[in-house]
Amino acid sequence: MSNSDFDIKYVANLARIKLSSDQESRLGAQLGDILGYVKKLEQLDINNVEPMAHAVPLHNVMRTDEIQPSLTNEEALANAPKKGNGLFVVPKIVE
Amino acid sequence: MEYEAVIGLETHCQLKTKSKMFCGCANEFGADPNTNVCPVCLGMPGVLPVPNELALQLTALTGYLLNCEVPNFAKFDRKNYFYPDVCKDYQITQFDFPSTTTGYVDFEFGSKIERVRITRAHLEEDVGKNNHFDQHSGVDFNRAGVPLLEIVSEPDISSADMAYDYLNALKDILIYGGISDCDMEKGMVRCDVNISVRPKGATDLGTKIEIKNMNTFSGVRRAINYEVPRQIDTLESGGSLVQETRRWDDDAGITETMRSKEHAHDYRYFPEPDIMPLRPSEEWLAEVRSHIVELPLARKQRFIMDYSIPAQDAEVLVGNMPLGAFFEKAVDGSKNPKAVANWVINNLQARLVEAECTIDELKFGPEAIRELVEIIDCGAISNKGGQEVFNELFNNGGSPKDIVDARGLAQVSDSGELDKWCRDAIDTNPGPADDVRNGKENAINFLKGQVMKASRGKANPQIVGEKLLKLLKG
Repeated sequence: MSNSDFDIKYVANLARIKLSSDQESRLGAQLGDILGYVKKLEQLDINNVEPMAHAVPLHNVMRTDEIQPSLTNEEALANAPKKGNGLFVVPKIVE
Repeated sequence: MEYEAVIGLETHCQLKTKSKMFCGCANEFGADPNTNVCPVCLGMPGVLPVPNELALQLTALTGYLLNCEVPNFAKFDRKNYFYPDVCKDYQITQFDFPSTTTGYVDFEFGSKIERVRITRAHLEEDVGKNNHFDQHSGVDFNRAGVPLLEIVSEPDISSADMAYDYLNALKDILIYGGISDCDMEKGMVRCDVNISVRPKGATDLGTKIEIKNMNTFSGVRRAINYEVPRQIDTLESGGSLVQETRRWDDDAGITETMRSKEHAHDYRYFPEPDIMPLRPSEEWLAEVRSHIVELPLARKQRFIMDYSIPAQDAEVLVGNMPLGAFFEKAVDGSKNPKAVANWVINNLQARLVEAECTIDELKFGPEAIRELVEIIDCGAISNKGGQEVFNELFNNGGSPKDIVDARGLAQVSDSGELDKWCRDAIDTNPGPADDVRNGKENAINFLKGQVMKASRGKANPQIVGEKLLKLLKG
């Protein structure tokens, strides 16, 4: 598959990854290879296969509405790079 | 040129469950930040979200109440985007196979019943809450993972007022069904509005503008009232509109372009591999259907028909569900539903507000109001006496008959006693008595007053009036 089937710059932007032009061509080629590989599936004859939403034949896996213990605030924030007042502190959000 | 507005609403409401959508953390407003969180709702790697059955049931129930189809297949998908309040970098939602589709809401608008079609009502998870500070923002994930129902309408709404009435009708339905408490103060209902304008009568839709960030219905109304003329003015002055997302600034009363989501419209939905698809069985759906309730509009129409009460009274009783339920019990078997409605609306409701208590805390039952009305209607006590009985009921409970006896409120309808009071009043007030004899019938009110005074309010005023007339005019 060729790179022209997708826009590597667009994909990188969606993933919030900044790529140099070198990386763009290298990763673009690799991504193209991966897509080509997956595309092999199109060669399969699936006329007799029902469309499915999941490979495992299970449905309606649910839980009853019951409260289970949560983490403590300290545990929840243990891995946070920055915290304060019990919150995960992030760069200022501008809408 | 004359323009018309074309408006569709996306209404998000939090479902009334104990726990979150995909984990057992409490669905609770107002807890300390990040205390109702766990590895699932914090989006830690390797966790397994499992759907809350009650949330699925409430979603199907909403479908039935909104006249929707409830398909026999539904699934969850991942909606991918980056935002600090979405810790997994995707939101679990339903994309191409939602739990309910194609319904409608009928509601009163002006003097007509309007219908807004519902495209779908699908289930998703709420996101965290952002707090903004000078230099930074802080995120609380207590809200992340709370079950959220998104109810999408067709663009059937043509004005701000119609949007407002639709939202209130929707809210009443959700409250009646026990689906959501719809507490606006707690942010349980939020709206996105899609607005476009087009020349009146045109069939093509104009450029769609989405307004986000609205958490009050009056905000929605104001935003539409701002946005529609803005779009028309832009077109009238030769400009063009671009499809965009705008934010409603409630303080400034304007909409403005949002910067953050410019490139975020490619959400790359794909099936959520952690959650098995849903195939609701007929048995499961039958259980859900057993919770279908009478809709507010139908209830209002029934109140007007069955009890012959005015539309405004019916509206008050339907707008306040516990009060309406109390009324229905009180009116059961009553010969005077209008009077029962009056006592419930004018006295009971007012006192409840004044005393800041709920109907569950009342010291008397609905049958007491029915009894009170009966006692007044048969002339045993006056309206004023009824007021006193009601006050006693409200403060200390008891039965109206006992209160009447204990307080000596019974009106005197005994002929002998009334006769004497009436004759005394005529004898001591010859002037007014003559006036009545000479045809000035209004003068009788003075004499009536004298009798009431003499009886210390216990005389039955209607009988007094009749008796005085008989004595004076024969």
